[in-house]
Amino acid sequence: MSDDRPPQPPKGIGPLAKREMRFAYMMLLPTFAIVLSVVLFPLFANVWISFKPVTLGDLRAPSILVNERLMGDVEAVGDEADIRYRIRNSSRQSDIAAVFMTDELPATLDILNVDERCTLDGRVLDCDLGDYEAGKREDLIVRVSATQAFLDAPINVKDTEAAFEFDPENVLINDDFTLDNFRKVFNGSDFWPVLWASLYYTIAGTIGALVMGLFAAQLMNMTFRGRGFLRGLYLSPYVAPVIAVALAWVLLLDPGPGGTLNALLIQLGVIYGPINFLGQRVAEIRFLGLSFDFPVALTVVIIFEIWRYFPLAMLFILARMQSVSTDVYEAAEIDGATPLQQFRFISLPQLAGIMAVLFLLRFIWTFNKFDDIFLLTGGAAGTRTLTVNVYEQAFAVSNLGAGAAVAVVVFLILLVFSVIFFKFSPEDDA
Amino acid sequence: MSRFGNIFYLCLLFGALWGAIATTLITLLALFISGELFQPQVTAGALAGLVAAGVLAGMAPEKRTLGIRALSAIAFVLVLTVASGAEPLGLPISTFSFGQLIAVVVTAWLVIYAIHATAFGLGPNREGRYNVEVICLRFIKGFGLVAFTIAVALPFFVMVMMSLKNQQMLLSNPLDFSINFEQGFKALLRSYIELFTQYHFGSYLMNSALVSVITVLVTLFFAVPGAYAVARLKFPGQHFLSRSILLIYMVPMIVLVIPLYAIFSQLGMRNTLWGLMLVYPATTIPVALYMLQGYFRGIPAELEEAGLMDGLSRLNVIRKITLPLALPAMASVALYVFMIAWNEFLFAFMFLDNVDLYTLSRGIAELNSSEVPRQHLMAGAVIATVPVLALFLWFERFLVAGLTAGSVKG
Repeated sequence: MSDDRPPQPPKGIGPLAKREMRFAYMMLLPTFAIVLSVVLFPLFANVWISFKPVTLGDLRAPSILVNERLMGDVEAVGDEADIRYRIRNSSRQSDIAAVFMTDELPATLDILNVDERCTLDGRVLDCDLGDYEAGKREDLIVRVSATQAFLDAPINVKDTEAAFEFDPENVLINDDFTLDNFRKVFNGSDFWPVLWASLYYTIAGTIGALVMGLFAAQLMNMTFRGRGFLRGLYLSPYVAPVIAVALAWVLLLDPGPGGTLNALLIQLGVIYGPINFLGQRVAEIRFLGLSFDFPVALTVVIIFEIWRYFPLAMLFILARMQSVSTDVYEAAEIDGATPLQQFRFISLPQLAGIMAVLFLLRFIWTFNKFDDIFLLTGGAAGTRTLTVNVYEQAFAVSNLGAGAAVAVVVFLILLVFSVIFFKFSPEDDA
Repeated sequence: MSRFGNIFYLCLLFGALWGAIATTLITLLALFISGELFQPQVTAGALAGLVAAGVLAGMAPEKRTLGIRALSAIAFVLVLTVASGAEPLGLPISTFSFGQLIAVVVTAWLVIYAIHATAFGLGPNREGRYNVEVICLRFIKGFGLVAFTIAVALPFFVMVMMSLKNQQMLLSNPLDFSINFEQGFKALLRSYIELFTQYHFGSYLMNSALVSVITVLVTLFFAVPGAYAVARLKFPGQHFLSRSILLIYMVPMIVLVIPLYAIFSQLGMRNTLWGLMLVYPATTIPVALYMLQGYFRGIPAELEEAGLMDGLSRLNVIRKITLPLALPAMASVALYVFMIAWNEFLFAFMFLDNVDLYTLSRGIAELNSSEVPRQHLMAGAVIATVPVLALFLWFERFLVAGLTAGSVKG
C-alpha cells in the first residue's frame, strides 16, 4: 500500500539547510546585537522615560553627604564631647538604600558611647544606617572624652574621613510613573502650532526638493561642456557638513551689518531695509485687497531644506532617466510629439516610480530632521517643529520626561505615515 | 509666410531677459571682486539685449556668422552705454575704467552667446508649436543652469570669502569680497592659522577622522557578513529582513538621543569618543547592509557555486570570490558611511563636553558665539567641508553608482 508511493522529497529542514541557517544567523548576529542595543532598546527606553518624572539633573546619581565635627569644649583630661556626623541625602527626589558608614576614630579620644546602629571594632566605627529617603538628614553622635595625648596634640576629627557604602536609587528604573509628561505636551499652548509647522515644513520641503531635483536632473541630462563639474557642484550641498552650510546661511542671511544677502538686495534696490530672514515670524502680504500672514522664517528654513536635499532627488531621477532607452523618444519624435509632450507622456510616467519612492523616503526623513532647523533658528520665530521641541523640552527646559513624551508623539506620527506609505507604495521599484 | 514670425519675437524677449540677467550678474561680480559699489543697470541691459537679439536673430540661421555676432555684440555695448547714461555698471566710467571695459565686454560676449545658443538653428520666421517649445525650453534650461549654479555656489562662495577677511572689513562693506594679496599669505590665512594654533582644530580634525574611520571599519565588518547572509543564504526570515532592514534607518535620531543620553550618562560613556563609535555604526549598518545585499545579489551565484564545487569552504568562497567582486560596492559604502560620520552633528553636540574630545562639528558649534569673530567661524566651516567634499568629488562616480544600484538613502 504505502510502499507503492513514489519516493517523496524530504520534508522539513535537512542537515545541510540547517547548517546554512545557523551560518546565516551567525553572520547576522553582530548586526542584530548592535541594532538591538543602540536602536531598538533606546526606542523602548524612550517610551519608558516618557512616563517618568525625570529631569536632566536627576541623571546625576544621588549621594550621601556628611559633615563631621567635634562638638563641645575640651580643655582638661576627661572632658566629654560629641563627635557629630551630620549626614544627608543629596537628592530631593531620589531615595538611597542600605547606607553603611565606616570611620576611624582618633586614638587619642576615649569612646564612651556610640549610636545604637553602630558597632565599634577597635578604633573602627561601623554604622548600618538603613535607608535614606529623598532629602532626609540626621545627626549621628559618638560620645567621647579627651585624654592627655589629645590635649597635647589636638587633631581634627575630620582628618579621617568617613567612608560610605550605599545603594542609590536609579531614577530611570524605579517604579515612579506619571502621565504628567503627556499632559504637558498636549495641554501646552504650543502643541498645535508646532505640529502644524512640522507638517508644513515636511510637505513643502519634500515636494520642493523633489521638484527642484527633477528640474536639475533635466538640466544634467543635457550634454554640454562642464557638465561633470556642475554635477559635482550641485551635489555639494548634500555632501558638506550640515553645520558648515547652515552657519554659512546664517551669516549670509544676517539682518545686521555684514549680512551679505540683505546688503545685496538693498544694493539692487529690491528692498529698502534689512529683512530678518531667520528671525521674523510673519510678514503681512497684501494682495488684491486681501492680506495674508506669510511665515518668513519657516519659509526660509524650508528653502534651506530644498537647497540641501534637491541633489539627492537629482541623483536618483538622473540615474533613472539615463536608463530609459532612447528608442521611445526617437519613435515619439517621428510621430511629431513636441518636447513637452515627450516629457509629459514618456519621461514622467517612467519617473513616477522613483519619484514615489523618493517622496516617501524624503517625507519621513524631512519629518525626522532636527539639525537643520536647530542650527538655523534654534526653533525661534515659528520654526519650532516636533523634533526641535524634543530637544527644547529635554535639554533646554531640562525636563527629560517631557522631551521623551514629545519623541513618542514623533515616533507615533511617523509610524502612521509609514503604514500609510507602505500600504500604497509600489511593490518593486528603486 | 512673413519674414518675421513668432520665433523672432520670442528671440527678442529672451534677448532682453538674457541682457538683464547678464548685466546684473556681471555687475554684481564686479562689485564682489572690486568692492566698488556698482549698481546693475537692469533696464539698459534688457534694452541692449533686445537690440542685440534683433540684430542676430533677425538673420537666417545660416547667415549668423562670426561677423554678425560681433556686430550684435557691438550693438549691445553701444545700447548699454547710451541707455545707462555712459555708466554701464552704474558708476562713472572713470572709476576702474579698464575693469569696467572688461566687464562690459564679458557681458556682451555672454549675452550674444546665450542668444545664439537659444536661437540656434531657428530662423526669424513663423514656426509651429514644436520649435516654439524648443526655443522656450532652451531659455528655461539655460536660465535654470544659471539659477541653480548661483543658488548652490553662493553660500560656499560666501563661506570661503568671509574666512579670508576680518570682522571690521566684513561689517563695513559686506559686499566687498576682494582679496588683498599684498598683505601676504600669512595674513590672508590668519583665521585658519589661529584656528589651528589657538582653537585646537588640529585635535578636532584628528578626532573627526578617527571617529569616521572607525565607524567605516566597524560598519563594513558588521554589514558585509550580514548582507551576504541576507542576499545568498536561505533561512527563515530572510525575505522579511531584506525588506525591513531599511526601516531601522527611518527611526529619527532625535528619538534615540534622550534615552542614549540618559543611559550613556549613567554608564559614564557619554563624554567619550567610544560612545560615538558605538552609536554611529549602529545607525549606518542597516543602510550599508541594504546597499551591499543589493550588490551581492547582482553577483552571479554560479561563480560561488563553482568555488564550492572546487572544494572551497563557504568562508573561503566569500573571502576569495565574493568580496573581491564586491570591492567597488564596498568602497562606495565606505565613502558614504564616512560622509555620514564626518558630518554628524546631533550626537557629537549632545555627547561631547570635553574640548579634547570635540569632533569638527562639535568644535564649530562652539565657535558659534558672539565672542568669536565671523571669519573664524567660516574658516572652521571650510576646514570641515574641504576633506569630505574633496573625497566625495574624487570618488563621485563610484559613489553614485553604488548608491543608486543598492537603493535609496537621504
